[in-house]
Amino acid sequence: MTPLAMPPVAIGPLAPVLIVLGAAGLVLLLDLLPRPVGRELIATVALAGLVGALLATLARWGKPGRAFQDMLVLDDFALFANVVICYAAALVVMLSIDYLGRNGPETGEYYALVLFSTGGMMLLAAAGDLIVLFLALELMSLSLYVLAGLFKRELAASEASMKYFILGAFATSFLLYGIALIYGATGTTNLDRIAAAAAGRAHDPLLVIGLGLLLVGFGFKISSVPFHMWAPDVYQGAPTSVTALIATGSKAAALAALIRVLVTALRGSQPDWAVLLWVVAAITMTVGNVVAIAQSNLKRLLAYSSIAHVGYMLIGVVAGGSAGPGAVLFYLLTYAFTTAGAFGVLTLCERAQAEAVEVGDYAGLARRHPVLAAALGLFLLSLVGIPPLAGFVGKFYLFAAAVRAGYLWLAVIGVVNSALAAYYYLRVVVFMYMREPEGAGARLVPSFAGGLALAIALIGIVLLGVIPAPFADLAQAAVAPLLR
Amino acid sequence: MSLYGYLTLAALVFAIGLFGVLTRRNAIGILLGIELMLNAVNINLVAFARFRADVAGLVFTLFTISITVAEVAVGLAIVIAIFRVRRTVEADRLDLLRG
Repeated sequence: MTPLAMPPVAIGPLAPVLIVLGAAGLVLLLDLLPRPVGRELIATVALAGLVGALLATLARWGKPGRAFQDMLVLDDFALFANVVICYAAALVVMLSIDYLGRNGPETGEYYALVLFSTGGMMLLAAAGDLIVLFLALELMSLSLYVLAGLFKRELAASEASMKYFILGAFATSFLLYGIALIYGATGTTNLDRIAAAAAGRAHDPLLVIGLGLLLVGFGFKISSVPFHMWAPDVYQGAPTSVTALIATGSKAAALAALIRVLVTALRGSQPDWAVLLWVVAAITMTVGNVVAIAQSNLKRLLAYSSIAHVGYMLIGVVAGGSAGPGAVLFYLLTYAFTTAGAFGVLTLCERAQAEAVEVGDYAGLARRHPVLAAALGLFLLSLVGIPPLAGFVGKFYLFAAAVRAGYLWLAVIGVVNSALAAYYYLRVVVFMYMREPEGAGARLVPSFAGGLALAIALIGIVLLGVIPAPFADLAQAAVAPLLR
Repeated sequence: MSLYGYLTLAALVFAIGLFGVLTRRNAIGILLGIELMLNAVNINLVAFARFRADVAGLVFTLFTISITVAEVAVGLAIVIAIFRVRRTVEADRLDLLRG
C-alpha cells in the first residue's frame, strides 16, 4: 500500500483570502470573550484584515500564481477584482461602525459575516474551476442572505432577507444545473480544460443548454433583466451598509467570474453568448433607467440605477476582445467608489430617528450640510457620467470598446440611456439645492469613520476621473492573462 | 438505463421543483421546490461521473450536498425569524417592499 502523499500546497496565492478569513475568525473569538469588548475594537480588527488583504493583493501584482491544481488562479485579473472587492468591503466596515450603533444589534457577527462574504467574493474572482466557483459563490451568498436580515426586529429587513434567499437559491440551482451539464459535455470542471474540450463543438446540445442555464444563474447574481426583480426589494429592505456591499462587492465578484468563465472556458461559443448578452444588455439598461425615474425611495432608486449600470458593463462583456473586459474591470473600479459613496451618504443621514431614505428628506440639505450635499451631488453626477468624474471615463471606455468591436447600436443605446438617467439623478440634486425642507428634513449624524470613508470615495472618483489612463492601462493589462 | 435516461429523470425532477417554486405560496413549500431542483443536479453529476468513469463528478456531488444542507439551514433560520415577527410565511402576505 502506497503511503498517502500530501500534494504541495501553495499558500502564496491564497494569502489575501487567508488574511480576510483569519480576521473573520479573530472577530468571532473577540465576540466570544467573557468580558465584552467594544464594537470599535471589533470593527478595527475587521478593517485591519481588509487593509492587510488589500496590501497582500497589491504585493502580488505582476506575480501570477496558481494553487490546488489550477483550482485557484490568482492572476492580475483576479488581483484587480480583489482590489475592488477589498476596497468596497473596507468602506462598508467604516460606514457600519456608527450606523450599527444607531440602528442595529451591537454584535461581532456582523463584521464576521462581512469578512466571510468578502472572502467568498475574492475566491469567486480567482476561481479557475467550476467547483471552486460554486463554493465561493455560496460562501458569498449565504453570508449576504444572513446580513440582509440581521436586524431581525425590522419587518422590512427580514422580508428582504427572505426574498434574497429564495431568489438567490433559485438562481443557484440554475447555475449548478448549467455547471453539471457543462461538466457532462466536456468531462472536466477546470476552465482551461473545458476550453480545450469544447473547442470545435460549440453546438453540442449539452454544452449549449449548460451555457444557457449558467447565464441564467449569473443573470440573477448580477441582477440583469429579466432576473432583476429581487434587487430593488433587497436593496430597500436590507440595512444600508449591507446594501452597499451587495451593490458593489458581490456585483464585482460575480461579473469578474462571469467574464472569466465566458472568456476562458466558453471562448468557442462566443457568437452564441454575445448575441444573447447584446439583447440582455440593451434591455437591462433601458428597464433600469426607465423604472428608476418613477422611484421616490432613494435606496430603491439606486437599486434600479445599479441594474442600469450592470447593463452598461454587459456592453463591455459583449464587445469582447481585450478592450471589452478591460473596460468592464475599470468600470467596476469607478462604480465601486461611486456607489459605495452614495450609499455611504445615506448611512450618515437620519430623519426623526429613522433612516432618511425618501428623496423628499433631502430637500434643502445643501443649506444645512453643504459638504454632505456636495458629496452626494458629486457621487450622483459621477453616476450620470459627467466629466471630469470617474463615471464619465468608465462609460467612455465601455462605449469606445463597443464601437471598436463593431457594436455601434449597442453603444448608441448606452449613450441614450445615460442621457435618460441624468433626469432621476439630477432630480435628487435639485431637491438638495433648490427645495425648501418639509419639516425637519434629514439630519447629519456625525461619524469620524464614515466621514473618512466618504472622503476616500470622493478622492477616488475625482482621481479616477482626472487621471484615468494609468488605472485603465492596469485594467487592460490585467485582462491579458485571460486571453492567452 | 442509458445516460440519457438519467438525464431525463434529472430534468423531470428539476421541472417538478421549478413548478413547486413558482406555484407554492408557503415559504416552506418554496424551499422544498428549491431542494428538488438542487437534487436534480446531483442526479446529473452522479450519472455523468458513472458513465464517464470520472471521480470528479462524485466529489462535486459531495460538495453540492453539503452546501445544499448549509443553504437550507440558513433558509429555515430566515423563515423562522420572519414567522416570529409576522406570524405568517405566506409569500403573498410579505408585501412591505414594493414599488
